[in-house]
Amino acid sequence: MSDALEVLDQVGKWKASGKDVAIATVITTWGSSPRPVGSQLAVDDTGAMVGSVSGGCIEGAVVKEALASITDGQPRLLDFGVTDEQAWDVGLACGGKVQVFVEKVS
Amino acid sequence: MKSETLKALQEARGNRRAVVLATRLSDAAEALVYADRIAGDLSGDAALAAAARRAMAIGRSETIDLGGQKVFLNVYVPPARLIIVGAVHIAQSLAPMASLMDFDVTVVDPRRAFATDARFPGVKVMQEWADEAMEKMGLDVSTAVVTLTHDPKLDDPALEAALKSDVFYIGALGSKRTHAKRKDRLEEAGITEEQFARIHGPIGLNIGARSPAEIAISILGQIIEVRVRRLEALAAPKAAAA
Repeated sequence: MSDALEVLDQVGKWKASGKDVAIATVITTWGSSPRPVGSQLAVDDTGAMVGSVSGGCIEGAVVKEALASITDGQPRLLDFGVTDEQAWDVGLACGGKVQVFVEKVS
Repeated sequence: MKSETLKALQEARGNRRAVVLATRLSDAAEALVYADRIAGDLSGDAALAAAARRAMAIGRSETIDLGGQKVFLNVYVPPARLIIVGAVHIAQSLAPMASLMDFDVTVVDPRRAFATDARFPGVKVMQEWADEAMEKMGLDVSTAVVTLTHDPKLDDPALEAALKSDVFYIGALGSKRTHAKRKDRLEEAGITEEQFARIHGPIGLNIGARSPAEIAISILGQIIEVRVRRLEALAAPKAAAA
């Protein structure tokens, strides 16, 4: 089964069991980024996750924003890359840049 | 994403239908764009529908700008299918490797001793003649067909069926000599030289593969190459025509 479908299936299961869920999607990439456009990471309200939006470099920060989105219901557009101030904390070691859209499943 | 949207995406996958989910980034408003219809908050936008269908055709998700608003088009295409004719040793390597590559794999072989679930755990096995099995499954442009039996009465009907369809890849195991004989037989059966040229034979990339697993890798390498080149050509139609 493909990654995208595995993520959606898990989202369906979480929703069916009454959990709140947010989905993060890679919507733009520049340079060498580890995951292609369309890659998704889903997060439930306990912080459990399925899928990926990078090789593990930015998942921590994305989960934090996903939990915030679950709380306030607002979508978010996140930029990650080596030009970012936070490069050393959550940047992409490979030098790529990615833009990630985070939204709550309503 | 709305819960109804999630259900619609799962339903489209179940029916092997392509769909594009368009999401406006400012407010997460959505539309589901199918080949023949469009649904959701943004369904009135003709420019969006056109852009989404183009993304669907080339199988590539992207962010676009529509009247100053950023919209993300996420393309969900049904998984590619691989039909392996011949439940032979190479197939036992090829089937699980292709599954790892997200192919929906079916192994077809009418011989009872070969086509067993025990030999192919987790893979669809059809103990049938290939041409009949293919007619049931329906061949389409997201399907690849590989024949591995070495036996003309098993391979040839499968190749004929594949050549009459628009499957994106056809490969046949066998040496150059075997392939030349195959050409004679199929031409006698009415297949033209041009049609025959669609068959990759001897199958696979020439990497000196020997063992069944190595041959499976060379076959999958060739399938990846053919698929990528095709999508590149679709994405840049002018360059392809030149």
